Amino acid sequence: MEFAELIKTPRVDGVVLHRPFLPTVEGTLCLTGHHLILSSRQDNTEELWLLHSNIDAIEKRFIGSLGTIIVKCKDLRIIQLDIPGMEECLNIASSIEALSTLDSVSLMYPFFYRPMFEVIEDGWHLFSPEEAFKDLESMTDEWRLSEVNKDFTVCPSYPSLVTVPKDIDDDTLCKAAAFRHGGRFPVLSYYHKKNGMVMMRAGQPLTGTNGRRCKEDEKLINATLRAGKRGYIIDTRTIAVAQQAKARGGGFEQEANYPQWRRIHKAIERSNILQESLIKLVEACNDQSNSMDRWLSKLEASNWQSHVKEILTTACLAAQCIDRSGASVLVHGTEGTDSTLQVTSLAQIILEPACRTIRGFQALVEREWLQAGHPFQQRCAQSAYSNGKPRSEAPVFLLFLDCVWQILRQFPCSFQFNEHFLITLFEHAYASQFGTFLGNSAAESRVKLKLSRKTVSLWSWVNRPQELERFVNPLYEPNSLVIWPSVAPQSLLLWEGVFLRWNRSTKFLDEAYEEMVHIIEYNKELQNKVNSLRRQLAQLETEDSPLQTP
Amino acid sequence: MEHIRLPKVERVQLLDRGSSRRAQVGTLYLTASHTIFVDNETEVCSEIWVLHSLVCNVEKQSVTAFGYPLLIQCKNFQVIQLIIPQENDCNDVLMSLLRLSRAKRYEELYCFSFKPNIDKAERDQAWDFIDLRAEYSRMGVPNKLWHVSPINREYRVCDTYPTDLFVPKSATLPVIVGSSKFRSRGRFPTLSYYCKETQAAICRSSQPLSGFSARCLEDEQMLEAIMKSNPGSRFMYVVDTRPKLNAMANRATGKGYESEDNYTNIKFQFIGIENIHVMRNSQQKLIEVSDLRSPSMGEFLLGLENSDWLKHIQTILTAGKFISKAVAEEGVSVLVHCSDGWDRTAQVCSVACILLDPYYRTLKGFMGTYLCDRMAFPYRYSHLDEDPKEVSPVIDQFLECVWQLMEQFPCAFEYNERFLISIHNHIHSCQYGNFVCNSEKERKDLGIREKTHSLWPHMWKNKSDFVNPLFRPDHSQTQGVLRPLTTPYCFKFWRGLYNHFDRGLHPRQSVLDCLMAVKEETQQLEELLAVCEIIRLLRSKQCHPEWSDVNCSANSPQDYTGGILSTGPKDWPVQQRETESTELSLFGDATKSSDPDNSDQESGVADFSCHSSSGGDSFPSEDSVKDADSDEAAFNTA
Repeated sequence: MEFAELIKTPRVDGVVLHRPFLPTVEGTLCLTGHHLILSSRQDNTEELWLLHSNIDAIEKRFIGSLGTIIVKCKDLRIIQLDIPGMEECLNIASSIEALSTLDSVSLMYPFFYRPMFEVIEDGWHLFSPEEAFKDLESMTDEWRLSEVNKDFTVCPSYPSLVTVPKDIDDDTLCKAAAFRHGGRFPVLSYYHKKNGMVMMRAGQPLTGTNGRRCKEDEKLINATLRAGKRGYIIDTRTIAVAQQAKARGGGFEQEANYPQWRRIHKAIERSNILQESLIKLVEACNDQSNSMDRWLSKLEASNWQSHVKEILTTACLAAQCIDRSGASVLVHGTEGTDSTLQVTSLAQIILEPACRTIRGFQALVEREWLQAGHPFQQRCAQSAYSNGKPRSEAPVFLLFLDCVWQILRQFPCSFQFNEHFLITLFEHAYASQFGTFLGNSAAESRVKLKLSRKTVSLWSWVNRPQELERFVNPLYEPNSLVIWPSVAPQSLLLWEGVFLRWNRSTKFLDEAYEEMVHIIEYNKELQNKVNSLRRQLAQLETEDSPLQTP
Repeated sequence: MEHIRLPKVERVQLLDRGSSRRAQVGTLYLTASHTIFVDNETEVCSEIWVLHSLVCNVEKQSVTAFGYPLLIQCKNFQVIQLIIPQENDCNDVLMSLLRLSRAKRYEELYCFSFKPNIDKAERDQAWDFIDLRAEYSRMGVPNKLWHVSPINREYRVCDTYPTDLFVPKSATLPVIVGSSKFRSRGRFPTLSYYCKETQAAICRSSQPLSGFSARCLEDEQMLEAIMKSNPGSRFMYVVDTRPKLNAMANRATGKGYESEDNYTNIKFQFIGIENIHVMRNSQQKLIEVSDLRSPSMGEFLLGLENSDWLKHIQTILTAGKFISKAVAEEGVSVLVHCSDGWDRTAQVCSVACILLDPYYRTLKGFMGTYLCDRMAFPYRYSHLDEDPKEVSPVIDQFLECVWQLMEQFPCAFEYNERFLISIHNHIHSCQYGNFVCNSEKERKDLGIREKTHSLWPHMWKNKSDFVNPLFRPDHSQTQGVLRPLTTPYCFKFWRGLYNHFDRGLHPRQSVLDCLMAVKEETQQLEELLAVCEIIRLLRSKQCHPEWSDVNCSANSPQDYTGGILSTGPKDWPVQQRETESTELSLFGDATKSSDPDNSDQESGVADFSCHSSSGGDSFPSEDSVKDADSDEAAFNTA
């Protein structure tokens, strides 16, 4: 096996582990192909099992012959290993480095992981485009499921089945695809049952500098409008950025060619800027020596909260167009795989109560992120501690989760899941034993990597009753309304559950959560008791009635 | 009444700051105590009442096409924008409000004219609701080391101190008198908090008149006596809450701080809390930040940073933590002072008490701290139209420290955020007599007890609104000393206070309300369950032949069951009785929200529409017919 070559020293004794909130442990450090393990070999001491793929960066330090490795994880945790012996330490460090930066997807842990639980409901088959289309069909007959992309040639980042207007044939789709970045022709993202308005998404139109147009593209998106109605195109880029894109063959829809559409430009930042923002934010959170001034100015300078605000605002705008103005919306940025998906998925959280359930949220992530071709593997290759040359890493999905958390904070009773669920998704997007977030598109994951056969789906695990219990929000009461969050700076908070998670103990907050659960459970218990007593009384009553009659 | 130039103005517009929604049109009334705006357009007659005593600023703004705008800013951070059609009317309202909102004499304050329907006996009883002596005896004094000194009878030694003062038994009268002469305004060291477990005490005073070299034997003996009243320790802390530079500057005017050379066995410490002038500016900046109209995230965070407000809160909490640690963990007594010993000193001591003693984290206990710390050793409130330079946000900062602690320890407090905000409101509104005047003597002279009412029984009566549902007396967070974190990221902007009136900025569903509703229902269920249990017992007994003749017909369970099952608790939802499997709709918000026309959540749409540069009425909610061009105005950012 190739791993053996990478592991220079598989075992070191007398290693001391320091990690947040837990006492230091001394024990034996073992390296396996996928895990860094520290075991004290004593009972009752928690061992450390760390996936190599969770390691973002390491640092080495030496004092005499005592080496120290600082391991910085993608979930933002930082642990420290004190390793006696310089050679051992260097060996371990270089092994970790090699094992945590394996390029080949097929060597990733999900391909080796065998679940310790019985898969009752296979997550790979829960959310297919066919299923989603069945729901749509029950509401409208204006759409069809097209197989134009069945071999992924028209658009490599789309799934094999996409929902398009009924009247548009596959030829038109192909021509529109040629006019859109990455072949991402406009497809249905969301159908608003209340008024029949829709949200679509696409890649940027390839107008270039000489203003190329494509009749088929125009026809395609016009087919989504009701007679006499206008729609909105939300371009997630500023007008300046969109103008610049023309020079590289991209661009935006010209008013003249799309007279029924109003274009609105917003300013959601691109991936490298977001990555930089994450790095700065985490740096600020981890610096314990900050004064108040420094902390606030670093928080501000990181711009993270500004990104949250911008993304949420754009999503609200899209939702507002659909729900309040009764207009259909087309969302795109450049590629249509990042900011576009943030906007379309958040708009659905706002508009569609089903997306606020655990199942519905999984379906949303499948539909709007995984099948929609968000390149998870590229984006989540590195997290906040990466010091390597940035490639295409970006916390696009994390920002989406952060925005969901903001809405959850403002509507604490409208979501079936809790914060813990969101944090779990964040962790698994960056490092996981499950195959769900592997690959960069449906084509790659479903077909090339055969993930559904070779790996276990995260949903198979999440949906087990034992696990599900931890993700359920005790305050949940289904809320059929559109939920409009506030996007004012005063209303948007730092997501402490992710960014301060390893810096300060959450003991008191956890206790409060338990107390809340207790209050609600006790109430339910009493309700049950009252109900059963009532039943008993009713029974006594019927038994009694003969006696009662004189 | 003679100050009201114009009792009524018609066709006044009330602008909603939070959104670009259309202004309300209504009638403005000026009464002796309130400004009232009555919306006479909408069917549901909405009214806004603003106490004159809450108004801190009235400003006429430049004329618009609709009329003459008047901006009213309140001490509870409410801002009201009116547009009055006629300039003369606007001037009259302005002049009236300027006069009405600035009481020249205490007797003009609202608490002297506020007459709730309570008889005299009840009023007296209300004032006895909190008993200072009882508070001290709960702490464990008097005891063999501490006693009440008669020295300040008739306020002979210090007219800003109350009459009942606890001092070490070993401090003789001459020592106290001598010490008082060596302290600013005669405010000699007296007991503020006594810790039974460690016998350590928190005392407070004003600064010593030490200048560059002056000494006072009695004052040194006084501190010695305090130190010795704590048999377990060999030294005590003297905490000067001022920045060192300020304290040194005071030496030039013959005041200053204790020298470790002259006072044996003290450890001296500066804490660096800025004076009220710095704090006032800081709060002003914070208010400006919270008032920004649709700020960007950067503007908001920079404004927050530049205000320095959270830094001050951090310093105060750190000081409180230092003192509570000294008393509870080291068992060392602490003397706290600043200049006069009524702003920072009271603030820091109160914070330390909250951290030290779970009692102060209960409703009753908080009212107790209030009495001990605020009333007996008052801050200087600015209820009268006096020098604005003496206005201080000290009390706001204390309340905010408590709120920050609540955020860190959600189960530790019996009261909730609403309680703090309500108290904040009452401190400034002067509806009750509790917060009026600056000393016990002044209060006696004015007859506060006889002429005004006490807030506490009023709040106690409504305590169900103010209770934290997560609080449980036997919870671990409720016990012992709180050890808060003071790292910068633990401090947050207090939206609940500073943006209290901007409804759109708050969570649309409140966990607090939900849990309160659940707990209330739980209580009803418990009662119902108890009754059901009795009925079941009676019933099953009745089934026994030997019991059946004992039951008289009047006790026939038929009546009970019928009664219980058909009535039940008052708010019992119908579907609960009908279908057993349904989950009760517990949540006030959720049930309310099933009415789509009138829901909090829907109203949230205002917030991002205010990103439109034009504002105005280009709000897409009510416009399925409106043409698309006007929509665009709402969507396009500036």
